[in-house]
Amino acid sequence: MLRRTGILAGLFGLALAAATGTAMAAGEQFVPLLSYRVGPYAAGGSGIFGGYIDYMNYVNMKEGGINGVKLTWEECETEYNNSRGVECYERLKKHAGGASMVQPLSTGITYSLIDRVAADKIPMVTIGYGRTDAADGAVFPWVFPMITTYWSQASDIIKYIATKSGGEDKLRGKKIVHLYHDSAYGKEPIPVLEAYAKKLGFELTLIPVAHPGNEQGAQWLQIRQIKPDWVILWGWGVMNPTALKAAAKVGYPRTKIIGDWWAGSEEDVIPAGDASKGYTTAVFNESGANLPLVREISKVVYGAGKGNLEDKSRIGSVYHVRGIVSGIVTVEAIRVAQEHFGKGKVMTGEQVRWGLEHLNLTEARLKQLNADGLMPPTHVTCNDHEGSGLAKFQTWDGNQWKVVSGWIAPDKDMIRSMIVESANKYAKEKGVTPRDCSKEASM
Amino acid sequence: MSFFFEVLVAGLLSGVMYALVALGFVLIFKASGVFNFAQGAMVFFAAATYAGLQQEHHLAAWIALPLALAAMVVLGLAIERVVLRPLVNQPQITLFMATIGLAFFIEGMSQMFWGSTPRGLSVGVEDQPFQWLSDRYNVNVSQFDVFAAVISGILVVLLALFFQRTRIGRALRAVADDHQAALSVGIPLQYIWAIVWAVAGFVALVAGLLWGARNGVGFSLTFTALKALPVLILGGFESIPGAIVGGLIIGASEKIAEVYLGPHVGGGIEGWFAYVIALAFLLVRPEGLFGERHIDRV
Amino acid sequence: MLYREAGQFKTTYAADQQIFPIRQDRIAVLALVFVAFAVVPWVANQYWLSAILIPVLIFSLAALGLNILTGYAGQLSLGTAAFMAVGAFAAYNLDLRVHGLPLPLVLVLAGVFAAAVGAVFGLPSLRIKGFYLAVATLAAQFFIVWALVKFPWFSNDSSSGVITTQKMRLFGKVLDTPAQKYLFTLTVVALLALAAKNMMRSPTGRAFMAVRDMDVAAAVIGIPLMRTKLLAFAISSFYCGVAGALYAYAYLGTVEPEGFTLDLSFRILFMVIIGGMGSILGSFLGAAFIVLVPIGLNVSTQWLNGVLQSGLQWSLPGSLTSNLELMVFGGLIIFFLIVEPHGLARLWQVGKEKLRLWPFPH
Repeated sequence: MLRRTGILAGLFGLALAAATGTAMAAGEQFVPLLSYRVGPYAAGGSGIFGGYIDYMNYVNMKEGGINGVKLTWEECETEYNNSRGVECYERLKKHAGGASMVQPLSTGITYSLIDRVAADKIPMVTIGYGRTDAADGAVFPWVFPMITTYWSQASDIIKYIATKSGGEDKLRGKKIVHLYHDSAYGKEPIPVLEAYAKKLGFELTLIPVAHPGNEQGAQWLQIRQIKPDWVILWGWGVMNPTALKAAAKVGYPRTKIIGDWWAGSEEDVIPAGDASKGYTTAVFNESGANLPLVREISKVVYGAGKGNLEDKSRIGSVYHVRGIVSGIVTVEAIRVAQEHFGKGKVMTGEQVRWGLEHLNLTEARLKQLNADGLMPPTHVTCNDHEGSGLAKFQTWDGNQWKVVSGWIAPDKDMIRSMIVESANKYAKEKGVTPRDCSKEASM
Repeated sequence: MSFFFEVLVAGLLSGVMYALVALGFVLIFKASGVFNFAQGAMVFFAAATYAGLQQEHHLAAWIALPLALAAMVVLGLAIERVVLRPLVNQPQITLFMATIGLAFFIEGMSQMFWGSTPRGLSVGVEDQPFQWLSDRYNVNVSQFDVFAAVISGILVVLLALFFQRTRIGRALRAVADDHQAALSVGIPLQYIWAIVWAVAGFVALVAGLLWGARNGVGFSLTFTALKALPVLILGGFESIPGAIVGGLIIGASEKIAEVYLGPHVGGGIEGWFAYVIALAFLLVRPEGLFGERHIDRV
Repeated sequence: MLYREAGQFKTTYAADQQIFPIRQDRIAVLALVFVAFAVVPWVANQYWLSAILIPVLIFSLAALGLNILTGYAGQLSLGTAAFMAVGAFAAYNLDLRVHGLPLPLVLVLAGVFAAAVGAVFGLPSLRIKGFYLAVATLAAQFFIVWALVKFPWFSNDSSSGVITTQKMRLFGKVLDTPAQKYLFTLTVVALLALAAKNMMRSPTGRAFMAVRDMDVAAAVIGIPLMRTKLLAFAISSFYCGVAGALYAYAYLGTVEPEGFTLDLSFRILFMVIIGGMGSILGSFLGAAFIVLVPIGLNVSTQWLNGVLQSGLQWSLPGSLTSNLELMVFGGLIIFFLIVEPHGLARLWQVGKEKLRLWPFPH
């Protein structure tokens, strides 16, 4: 055993040394990308990481980096697998001068990294996924579930349904079905939905779908029996087109189905064909090849042949723009950090964390970035690591997504108190003392 | 009552879809004793090839279909030559693991050739209920599901004819019965295996098209294999009628359980319930409903 | 020349029954254990400890567990990941609900829970065998994960069903550096591996092998089939349960039930097959192979890309390299199965045989 593993270890060590040996030039800001481009999650992974890389390329090509500091990155394939994700993170965290921040794009990997990023002092940003109660920055200083969390989204969806029904008081006595992927992901919004059901007096039915959800005959027959006024579709992957097809099969109107944002990409509706017409979902990013920023990127990056998407028809798709949002957050946090710690310098993970905690993407700033309307204004503070909670709603017209609402805000008080409660429970279980944000604000 | 009937019919029709995937497993197991876990990946590859040819290269269906079939036959022949032939006489579990390695390979290959984004697929039949049935009896039966059932029926009849009435079919049954004896009467084993894998490729293509038209063509097609496994143990690994009957039983009981039992235990039980039914059957008949009974000799 | 047992005479039965009857083997193993305990924690950096060595050790333990069941007792199981999940969640709940339980006891009890669950799901093995049994164990895989997601009690009412493990305390000291976690994991794995090695040489192990080779014949010579098969399931699940608890505590920290997928079960089965069925050493070799090869492939494609990038200002697209890695991994597995169907342990044995004769041909 000694010999063989010894040889193996030696070989890998060599390879590793070779890989890390190609040292990057000094003065570059390194971003590790824990990407996944194979397996069932590949459609999302290739789109989002494509957008992320495209935006960083865009900043490098257009402005020569952030105040002259170029961005560099390296991808590591995780296959959406927790232990591969941990290995990738450990491999890349010290690479090329150290990681600025990490965005794992997988809730499972996020969980596995929570302790590690705190120990290594590298901020972790999870946009629209991850651990919801980490939005309490006092307990989770290193984790940023930015823009919106699942709980905010659930609140946004109920608010949207309320406006469609003519006010929150009109929801009394209505029937809403929560059709969800039977996993941590699908269960996450249930406490919020239950709280709303009590508050607004609608009847909530929970119907789980076993993974992977490629068979939903039974669930939709149940829905046909219940005849709900609305169905919330909290699905993933093949579950979404299957649900839309099955809804068509039992004759349930798709206009009454509201999806979450992992059920709202082109990849979720195109496989269902005509059955998806009229289906509406929440999103925290607009999409479309005609958005000003997407057009710019397409001109600058793809014009120079440096685009990351192989299939050019996906430029401006929901996932691609979502990746661009990840890029904007990364770049802007580094920019804020540089303004505080010195322009034109390479920021450490700790400094980027400071930047994230002082990130204020106002309407005006987003306009400067050509991104107004593309993502919601976001203001992160020491306490509030979410920073926004807003979502828009979009409807599939058979060819593309059409935005049908403005930014809808969640019931911040309710969500916030739930987040604090859950975070405090975590702190107690784990023996963490929350920091006092009122003292840090002056810094 | 009409609701129960509806659930039952929906279950039976889904069962046909499970049976379709299970058929591919049965064919290969019967002829070569290999539990081919790559069958799900083959379903994916077949459907992705067809949809890719049609949508990316804008070929008409009547050109894309033979091309996809040809791809499956070539794949089947290659598997026989590269994977199976060097592994002759190895324990079954080794062959099983080899097919999982094969599944990784085919999955990577499909996504490399045809991209990772799922595609829609239409076979010309809408997934809508028969209007007159829902109007008159308030029972929803999908046109597409019935169409799929008819296709599966035709497929089973074709396979039965092929097995019972042709020379190759007889040779196949001989090989299935006893490799050694078949070899000794001059049946070329490798040739037969190649044919079986090619036929399994054809079955995978049919299953892929029907499942793809139902849920879209994407990586998730590989998960259809998981739906087929309980069907296999219930029906027996070696029996074509077993796959059909097993599929019907699993499909129907799974749906009925989800609707009537699910709400009491929190739902989402479809993932494991099928396996429990199959297990219950196995405790009575350890070789599956139509499996061959083996007598142990010391 | 060095590796030869000539001149080593056994004068007692005890000496004849040692685990490593050849002196050179004993020295090598002792040296290996010494290196693993005393040298590695000082030499290896954090990356090697926490991203490579700890998971390899934990997966080795799980593979060892499955190997007892599949390799020694001949019962094929695809529910390994679920038994690991039982161990992880049992450990979490024990630590949470029983105050002051020392960590080693938590691990043992977690293993016992997993063993009990394993024995229940092993019941069908009394009637069915082979692939029928393999598919039947999938019922365990799906049912256990479903139950862990479904009943919030298991995760202490966490809204997402995720558990965050408590700090590891050993004799009042908190284990938090990778080196400490590594040493703890190594100790557990070494002890259990030693126990397994001895158990497989005892009447229990011999009964397992008799059942594996032919259960009817085993029954005829008076081996109680029911007891033996259930015991195999229980012992195997005990190992998997401890591995699962370590996976949660020493490796990931926070785990979700969905982390214990069918895919993980398959990977552990691969470790057993590639490593060598019915071999303790094989479990370790197989785990190292299955964990390290995909990482090695990834590192080498990244390296290749770096070379291409600096030489040609061009690199392979990400999806191509990722898919190629998967294909090569699948291909390598097939290749190994064809070249050495009995696994890496067999290669090692062949190597030893050769070494014994070296440098003379006979």
